[in-house]
Formats: sequence, C-alpha cells, structure tokens
Amino acid sequence: MAYVSVKGGEKAITNAHRWLAEDRRGDAAVNELEVNQVREQLSLAVDRVMAEGSCYDRDLAALAVKQARGDLPEAVFLVRAYRTTLPRFGASEPVETEQMHVRRRISAAFKDIPGGQVLGPTFDYTHRLLDFTLAADGVEIPAALEAEAPQQHPMPTIASVFAHEDLLEADTRAESPQEPYDLTREPMAFPAGRDQRLQALARGDEGFLLSLAYSSQRGWGSTHPLCGEIRLGETAVEFVPDELGFAIEIGEITVTECQMLSGFSGSAERAPQYTRGYGLTFGHCERKAMSVAIVDRALRHREVGEQADAPVQDEEFVLYHSDNVEASGFVQHLKLPHYVDFQADLQLIRRLRKEHFERRAALKEAAE
Amino acid sequence: MTSHVPARPNEAERYYNYAYLDEQTKRMIRRAILKALAIPGYQVPFGSREMPVPYGWGTGGIQLTAAIIGPQDVYKCIDQGADDTTNAVSIRQFFAKIADVETTEDTGEATIIQTRHRIPEKPLKEGQVLIFQVPQPEPLRGLEARETETRAMHAYQEYGLQYVSLYENVSKYGRIAATAGYPVMIEERYLMSPSPIPKFDNPKMGGNEAILLFGAGREKRIYAVPPHTSVRSLDFEDYPFETQSWDETCALCGAEDSYLDEVILDDAGAKMFVCSDSHHCGERRDAGHVGDMAGHQLAALDKEPA
Amino acid sequence: MNAVPKNIEAVQGAPLLRVDSLTKWYGHVVGCRDVSFELRAGEVLGVVGESGSGKTTLLNCISGKLAPSSGAVEFETSRFGLADIYSLSEPDRRRMQREEWGFVHQNPRDGLRMRVSGGANVAEPLMNLNNRHYGKMRQATIDWLERVELDTRRIDDKPRNFSGGMQQRIQVARNLIHGPRLVFMDEPTGGLDVSVQARLLDLLRELVRDLDLAVIIVTHDMAVARLMADRLLVMKGGDVVETGLTDQVLDDPQHPYSQLLVSSVLQI
Repeated sequence: MAYVSVKGGEKAITNAHRWLAEDRRGDAAVNELEVNQVREQLSLAVDRVMAEGSCYDRDLAALAVKQARGDLPEAVFLVRAYRTTLPRFGASEPVETEQMHVRRRISAAFKDIPGGQVLGPTFDYTHRLLDFTLAADGVEIPAALEAEAPQQHPMPTIASVFAHEDLLEADTRAESPQEPYDLTREPMAFPAGRDQRLQALARGDEGFLLSLAYSSQRGWGSTHPLCGEIRLGETAVEFVPDELGFAIEIGEITVTECQMLSGFSGSAERAPQYTRGYGLTFGHCERKAMSVAIVDRALRHREVGEQADAPVQDEEFVLYHSDNVEASGFVQHLKLPHYVDFQADLQLIRRLRKEHFERRAALKEAAE
Repeated sequence: MTSHVPARPNEAERYYNYAYLDEQTKRMIRRAILKALAIPGYQVPFGSREMPVPYGWGTGGIQLTAAIIGPQDVYKCIDQGADDTTNAVSIRQFFAKIADVETTEDTGEATIIQTRHRIPEKPLKEGQVLIFQVPQPEPLRGLEARETETRAMHAYQEYGLQYVSLYENVSKYGRIAATAGYPVMIEERYLMSPSPIPKFDNPKMGGNEAILLFGAGREKRIYAVPPHTSVRSLDFEDYPFETQSWDETCALCGAEDSYLDEVILDDAGAKMFVCSDSHHCGERRDAGHVGDMAGHQLAALDKEPA
Repeated sequence: MNAVPKNIEAVQGAPLLRVDSLTKWYGHVVGCRDVSFELRAGEVLGVVGESGSGKTTLLNCISGKLAPSSGAVEFETSRFGLADIYSLSEPDRRRMQREEWGFVHQNPRDGLRMRVSGGANVAEPLMNLNNRHYGKMRQATIDWLERVELDTRRIDDKPRNFSGGMQQRIQVARNLIHGPRLVFMDEPTGGLDVSVQARLLDLLRELVRDLDLAVIIVTHDMAVARLMADRLLVMKGGDVVETGLTDQVLDDPQHPYSQLLVSSVLQI
C-alpha cells in the first residue's frame, strides 16, 4: 500500500481543525469553561500570558488560555499574533512604581523598613498539600480581614532606604533621554543596550529565565543576589497625546516589580556601592520578576567590570533564546516535511558508504 | 488550474487590514526589500512581526508576500516543490482569504510564488517574484554561533572560516559535502545562503529574469538577488560544483532532468521516484509524457478536489 | 607560492615602514611615547624591555590593532602606495593586514583556528587571496610544513594534537605562506622549552634570511634579541631609551637601563 504522508490536501486540514475543536471542548456532559472563569480563577495563568504576550488585556489573555486548552506558550503566541494587528499610538510615560497602590511588598534585606513587610496574597507560606475541598462544589471561603489602619501610600522603595547612605547605585537617567529601543518593532541588535535587554527579558520565557537565574545562584556566574524588594500592586499608566500636549491617565495596570541587590563594586574613583538587577512584569509574576532581575544583573557585567564566562552572562546566548514563541516555532518546525533536503543527504551518504566499502574491499584484495 | 476567490467589499466583520499587516509594517518591509535589492546578498535586519503562523513555519516568506501582494496578483505557494503539501495549502488559504487574491498551481501564470526548499523547474520570467522561506539566513551560522562575529565577517569580506570549512570537506570526504543550502557568492561580494534548496537548484538563481526575495521571520532578516545577478556556488577548480543526478527517471512522467522525490512503497523497501515539482510533473503528463508507473495513485492525488 | 602582486617598484633603500612620533595614552598613563623609526626589507628590528615597558602597546599600534593618540604609521601598501595605515578605512586596513602582513602571536591559540586541521590553517591565507585550486594549495601547504620541519603526514591533524613548539611552527607557516613583506612577532618563543626555543629561533632566522623579510620582533629575552635582530629599540616606561645595532647595544650599552637589562642576562 502506498505510504504518503504530508500530501493531505485541504480536506485533511479542515478535518484536523474540527477534531481539535472537539478535543478542546472535551466531554460535552461537563460544563463549558467560560472566559470570565479563566480570568478570575486562573488569574496567574492569565498574568503570565499577558507578560510574555507583551499585551495587557486580561480578557484577551483569558480567551487565549481557553483557546490554547491551557497550553501557555501557545496562548502567548495567540496574544502576540493579535498584538501585531493592533494600531500603535505611541509610548506611555515611564510608570512610577513608587506611586503604586501596594498589595504586597517584602524585602529580605532588612527586618523592617518604612511601610513595613506586607505579605499580601502569596503562596509563600502555604503548606503544599492538595486541598481536596477545592474539588467539591460550593465551599464557603472565609473572607480575608481588613486591616485597621490604611496602608502607607506611597510606600517608600528600598532605593530610598539606601539613599541616605548612598549605598546603592543610583538610577542612571540620561540628561536628554532618547526613545527606548522597541524590540516589538526592531530586530535585536548587538551589543544590546540595557533597554533592549530588559525588554527581551520581560517578554522572555519564564522557565528559561528561571533556570538561568538558578544557574547563576549555584555558581555559574557571579551574581549572589539579595532580594532588596518585591512589590505587587496597581499603578497608573499615563500617556501624552499630541493633541493635548500634557499627560492623561489612560488606565491602571497590575505589575510585579523586583529589585535585586548584588555584589558591590568600586574603583579608584568610585566608592564601593551595591549594584542592582531589575525586573518588572505585567500582572502577578513573582518568580518571573525575580528571575529577570537576577539575569539582568548578570548581563550587566560590562558596566560593572566583571569577568563574563557563564551562560547567564552571555548576552547573545540569553537574549536570542529567551523568546518562547520563536523557540517553540523553530523546534516544532522540524515536523514540517524536509524530504527534499533529506533526499540530497541520502544520496551523499549512500555514495560515501559505497566508496568506503569499495576501499575496504580493495585493501583486502591487495592483502591477499 | 486556478481557484478564483470572488472579491469582497470591506465588510464590518473584517478585523484585519488588507493582507493582514498594517500599512506601516508593509512600508517598513518594502524599505528593507529595496535595500536588499540594492545590496544583493546582504542580510537586511527588519522588524519581523508575530504572524498567525509560528516562527519557523514561513513567517518571513509570508511577511514578504504580504508586503508586496495586491488584488491583481496571482499567487502560488509550494513546499518541497508541491502545491498540495499541508503547509503550502495552509498558507495559500491564508492569502486567498486576507488578500482577496487569485491563487494558482501554474508556475507560468503566477506573479508571486512563495516557496519552501525548492525552485520550480520551469524558468521564471520578468515580472515574477520568487519568495523563499528561510530558516537560517546566515550561511556561516553552522561555523560561528555569534551574530556579532558573522556580521563583522560580512562587513570585512573575511570569509576565511567558510573557505577552511570547504577545504576540510575535501580533505575528509574527498568532496564538498554540502547538499542543500549550498553557500553562494553574490556578485563576488556577499556570501549568501540560498535557503535549504538542494544544490540541484543553485544554477537556477544566477542571471534569472525574476526577482528572488528571501525572508527569515524568526531571525528577522531579508535579503535579495535582483534579476541578472551573478551567483557563484563555492567550489575549487579541481573539485568543481556538481548538481545531483539520479539513475532513475520520474515514474509518473518520465522526466530525466527534474529533482526527484523518493517514495517508499512498502515494508520491503520497494521505492519509486517522482518529480518533486508537482506542477511540472502534471504539465508533462498532460502533454502526453508517460513514466514507468504512470497509472499509480500518486498521480491521482494531484487531481484531488481542493 | 607568492601570491601578492608587487606593483610598486622597489626603490633601493626606501623604507617599507615608517613610524613617526608614535604616542599612545591610556587616560593619564602613557603606553608609549614619541617612538620613531624606519624599517627596510630584510631588516629585523627588535623591541626589548621588561613587562610594562610599552613594547606591547607599541606593537599593537604599529600592527594596526590599536589606534595611537598621535603620530603616524606609514607602510608601503601595494594598493595605495605609501599610506598612514590609520588613514585607511577599516575594511581596507584589515585586508592589507591579511594580504601583506603576518602576525605571529605568543600563544598559538591566538593565531590559529584550533578547530580545523593544521593543513586548513596553513592553506587559509592562500584562499583569502582567491586561490581556488585545492590540489595546488595542499601541495603548497605540504611544502611549507616541510619547511618548518613538521611531519607532513600530520597535515590533517588538528592543532590541539600537536605540542606547543609544533603549534608555533604551524603558526609560522600560516603567516608566511602568502608571501608577506612585513611580519610582526610577539614573543614567538615565549612559553616554550629552552631547547625547543633554540630550534625555533634557528628556523625563524633562516626563513627571514631566505625570504628577505622585514620583521619587528618584541621580546623581553635578550638572547632572543641577539639571535634575531639587526637593530634594537630598548624601551622603559613607554619611552625608547636607547637604539642602535644589536651588537653595539648589547656589547656596549650606553643608557643605565640598557646596562641593567644586558647585565641581567645569565651568561651560560
């Protein structure tokens, strides 16, 4: 019987799509998942898709998660592809995270800091025991208690704590700031400025960056980080329309920000100071924000004057391979037919084998 | 054999711009194309966008097509030389829908031909554009992983790394081992990868009447070979460039000089060879040419309704 | 196999290289200061001094690797005639370095492609000059491996399979096969055993003589200087403290530092 694989034609594709839709729905006797359920009850999946999809829209991300059947890199791809079609008005003003309405803020550097340690909604101190009551319906959830006194606002950042003694390197703001690099519009260019690096990391695959950060902590690199601060909360986004000439608030987004303190450096001219790694993500993505901060710091080896011989410090290696949409596409493209090139290869290897055996035979003959 | 999609007015349901990309993006790509044509073989970086098709599955070719296609064009899409391979079908359907464009399998009728891994057997004419899907635009990438290094090599025309690789091939295998994606020199200035076409197709590039455009979406590079440009496959005088050849002919149409696919027929290893270029083979059969296995069902598959 | 076209008429006595008041500052620290000399075909100039003397900075400046703060480096190029090498565009300068010069590094790893065979390393300069006949290039490579006293049967071995001294010989072959007129050598025998050093120096001397090369050799080793160089520049703290014929400088040093250097050489 003839074996023909990819010449399926249009009929095969249509049938494949239908089967996929059926699998996505699953057992028809079970209620269909609604997008608002995903948005509300799988909010961390939604946050990750917004962060890596580079698009802040909870409903869109929730729809993508549903359509992708929970495969988050696939959902990220859906969001990115949609993002391509959106019109572009311009860039917002820099977001002032110091003004954030903080829901959670911790620092490992000090026992207590102005504003206090605010645990917020975190998995951190839960016991990882499967909670079977979640499998049952209609379980009553006790309401979280409200605090007596309102939260300090604005909540001072760790930078302000260090500022008194000038222990932490200051933010470098250029006198005449240029437009930041836009990685969604321009291809990567090396050597990469910090703006380009941070953008790539912000939209990079959480797993990849987590592993890199882990590697640097274990000794593959010289970042021995200390968590200066993590904060989660809502922050305003401002935009200056050309027609108005002044900033207006266009909305509020949830972000997670992490500042990692690392190895102090100094020189003959400069007194030793702590250096910083920075991570910022859409939504609540702590593991990601922390990983970004650690990898950011590792990639700053040039600015800080460090030896760079670990994978996490290799700019090209890290940035070129951090995008999971690119990685997934290229790895999976191996499923596409490659038989034309394979035929060319087969011809060569058949010829080489033939020559090999002919040579052996000739040697044997000569020996006899 | 053409399929005509009736032109539709701009409906309220249409959420996407003509040919999917917004006009600014199309302009950016066109500028990159012009630059690429002005510097044959040079890889122009461009702001590649995420497309509805994954990176690695033809986004570079798709963006090139989307940037230049218009309702008057006739579009052909092939993969491995055939119009009915799954990904080619998928991409053709995409453009039929979002560009309101006529599609065809006839190489001669098409104004834009998008291809993966083959150049059609039929010589192209002035006015046609051949768009290649490119996974890895950098011919030196297999020898040097770093973009910062390879970019300098092209800028300084320092291709020693490629030359020693060819030398090593000959000293090890007695021949230059590249069989597909065989490196070429464009106008004796830029080293270029012709995309993973078999070396069999290399001679078709030089002195072509058509425009050849190459798009790598994931790597974000566009390059081009304008018409009537010199394309030289690298070789040694005493180890000259050779194309592939087969002992067999096409089992369906008897062609002796087209690129052949090997098809395994059964578990005992029986095989047949058929033209990779499905339209070329079909045309020959329509003209009365007959191969050894002319009645085979593979021929029937080409006539399957779309 | 000499592939460099000699378009210019060699004027008797005209210098191949002229260095004029070459100075390089690193911030407030001087690398080398006000160095001037001329070099003709067939001459070997030795630049000697301890580490920190400025000889490496000088070498990098005159070999086109490091732009000086002031001064000129003029070379009789085959394409542009006499030209300040830093007035050339970077692609032109790099091409000239590739086609008309050689540079033997102290560490062979810096001067060889470690991942390809010795033969490919030696053939590469010929391929850079558009030679495209594999058989002829391979023969030229074999000739050169013989000339540097390596076993030609090992032509396809990778450099890591050779000893340090042999790697250095491969590097020498790679830097001479294309017929350069000017060769720079940076401590070419540093890091080798004494007996290996001696044999390599003999080989270098022979090649220099046979090929009528102009050579600038940087070394801290006075014995190497005596064996190889016709003239010397003695450097200290970025300045040239003494210059003259090798025998004169070594047998009758005038400057106190030169005297110190010479007297510190162990007499064996």
